[in-house]
Amino acid sequence: MLYREAGDFSTSYTADSQTFPIRFDRYRYYFILVVAFLVIPFFVNDYWANAILVPFLIYSIAAIGLNILTGYCGQVSLGTGGFMAVGAYSFYKLMTAFPEISIMLHVLLSGCITAAVVTLFGLPSLRIKGFYLAVATLAAQFFLVWMFNKVPWFYNYSMTGMIGSPERTVLGIVVTGPNTDAWAKYFVCLIFVTLCGIIARNLTRGSVGRKWMAIRDMDIAAEIIGVNPLKAKLSAFAVSGFFIGIAGALYFGVFLGAVEVTEAFGIEKSFMVLFMIIIGGLGSIFGSFAGAAFMVLLPVLLKNVFVGGLGWPTDLAAHLYFVIAGGLIIMFLILEPHGLAQLWRLAKEKLRLWPFPH
Amino acid sequence: MPDKFLFAMEVMLNGLMAGVLYSLVALGFVLIFKASGIFNYAQGVMALFAALTLVGIKDGQIPFAHLINAIFGTNIHHFGWHLPAFVAIIFTVIVMIGFAWLVQRFIFRHLVNQEPIILFMATIGLAYFLEGVGDLMWGSDIKKLDVGIPKGMNETIELLTYNRFGYGFFIDNLDIFATFLAVILVTVLVGFSQYTKQGRALRAVADDHQAALSVGISLGYIWVLVWSIAGVVALVAGTVWGAKSGVQFSLSLIALKALPVLMLGGFTSIPGAIVGGLIIGVGEKLFEFLVGPMIGGATENWFAYVLALVFLVFRPQGLFGERIIERV
Repeated sequence: MLYREAGDFSTSYTADSQTFPIRFDRYRYYFILVVAFLVIPFFVNDYWANAILVPFLIYSIAAIGLNILTGYCGQVSLGTGGFMAVGAYSFYKLMTAFPEISIMLHVLLSGCITAAVVTLFGLPSLRIKGFYLAVATLAAQFFLVWMFNKVPWFYNYSMTGMIGSPERTVLGIVVTGPNTDAWAKYFVCLIFVTLCGIIARNLTRGSVGRKWMAIRDMDIAAEIIGVNPLKAKLSAFAVSGFFIGIAGALYFGVFLGAVEVTEAFGIEKSFMVLFMIIIGGLGSIFGSFAGAAFMVLLPVLLKNVFVGGLGWPTDLAAHLYFVIAGGLIIMFLILEPHGLAQLWRLAKEKLRLWPFPH
Repeated sequence: MPDKFLFAMEVMLNGLMAGVLYSLVALGFVLIFKASGIFNYAQGVMALFAALTLVGIKDGQIPFAHLINAIFGTNIHHFGWHLPAFVAIIFTVIVMIGFAWLVQRFIFRHLVNQEPIILFMATIGLAYFLEGVGDLMWGSDIKKLDVGIPKGMNETIELLTYNRFGYGFFIDNLDIFATFLAVILVTVLVGFSQYTKQGRALRAVADDHQAALSVGISLGYIWVLVWSIAGVVALVAGTVWGAKSGVQFSLSLIALKALPVLMLGGFTSIPGAIVGGLIIGVGEKLFEFLVGPMIGGATENWFAYVLALVFLVFRPQGLFGERIIERV
């Protein structure tokens, strides 16, 4: 009844090519934005912010980044953890070197630095493809983590080898460091998520995104119809790196506060983000959010059920998490290779016809 | 001869031995990839699982004891027997064959004709699943694996080299044993694929699935067979690595070490896996020895990948891989 194109007339080209052409979708989107910006910050407490909302928002950015590279452009990357580390460390260096400049700018700058690094590691993609490329990105993962461990300049010669974010304010509100309020953390992440979501959505439905998808579907055919593979692939790497860098910077600066690189940005992180986009749906911005929410909520849920509810030891719950996460990934690949996003798409199809069956 | 040169030679020999172990893991990858086009990321976890099962059966652990205790409030952990290594190995092989059948029946049968990258991701899921199951079944503590493989310095080699160069080389008996094992394994595998009916069927499937089907080869059977063989190879690799450094989670990370080996050697070539393993083994040990101290050490973590990456830029199909021909 509600979800219809009927009666929704576009009177200009701008109206015709808007992101959400169906009125109900548009209002839902505005509604979510209003709730996220104006309602949640007043109610959020420490547990909700630190255990669920902030990691969800940050992983969403990382998942969007990887989805652009893997889901839209078809270049499988296992280096996400290492690339996030680049974002985190450049954020740290910028923060400590230029304390007078707003950290919002620093976050964007660390995104740009990461984009440059990722593009560099994306260069081999012009020669090698598929699995070979996936393994090649592991080189980036291990090399970057090793480098941040071994070169003292990156962690400002601190004795522990860890990096910790100093206290910085935006408009007089503390946003990094140990004294940050839960809502401030949430709000900073939310701003970047909204920004990244809008950019990604518009890039992927524009000509750049179409070129990426052409490369993904078959790169030789794409080259023949006039897509420059060099530009398309490297731009995907760069844009993906920008998002992943922002995610890394926020993960270190706002979420954790202090970071040890092998622990926070190891290979497990790469796989975790990859799982998010598989479960959420390859080649879908909504899927990145859904996958991130799923992977963040799953361990919290399992812990609450098994440890809190049944009183089992924590290590058992951790092992069960592996079994369930692995099983779900296999299940999704078999039953719904396009992930949660596809379920959402099907639901919308049904909703359009409801209450009629055809 | 100068000392540095002798040290380098010793390092190189040890690298060769380590390379053999990498090859063992890489071999499992190549077998499955050739026969079914599946790039099996779970190979390392399979090695871990096989080694865990071997230890568990040998020491008479009760599977899922931890879980059962948590659910029913009991306190059980052991059956109270100690089997000889030989019997335990036979049981483990049976478990691995059962595992192969389950994987084939419940996962890959449903994923026939999917894109290779989807299959690859399914094996990542399988790796996570198996890791969790392994820990649930046998517990996640570090276990000692002792199946009677000789360990410690080989004194004959030390004595020989001492008499010849005035400096005794340190070479572990375990590594020598592993090398012999690898040679035997490769010989048996090559013999199997060249001279038996099943082996010929296996090569036919590797060549062309549809053509193999049309001459009456059962794909399902071949895939179970090849996963079983990979399981046995994983058992060998897991046993050797487990005897070397204990059965623990880090064992599954050898899969990551095997990846650059595969890239160097090519995904479809058994000799490639061996040669690639040796190159990586020698390369990373020598690099660590010669260059490592200058740039902070622990270069073994990434050297193999960077070497493979640089190599691939010049030869995208690896050393022995089939030529990549792309058509629209």
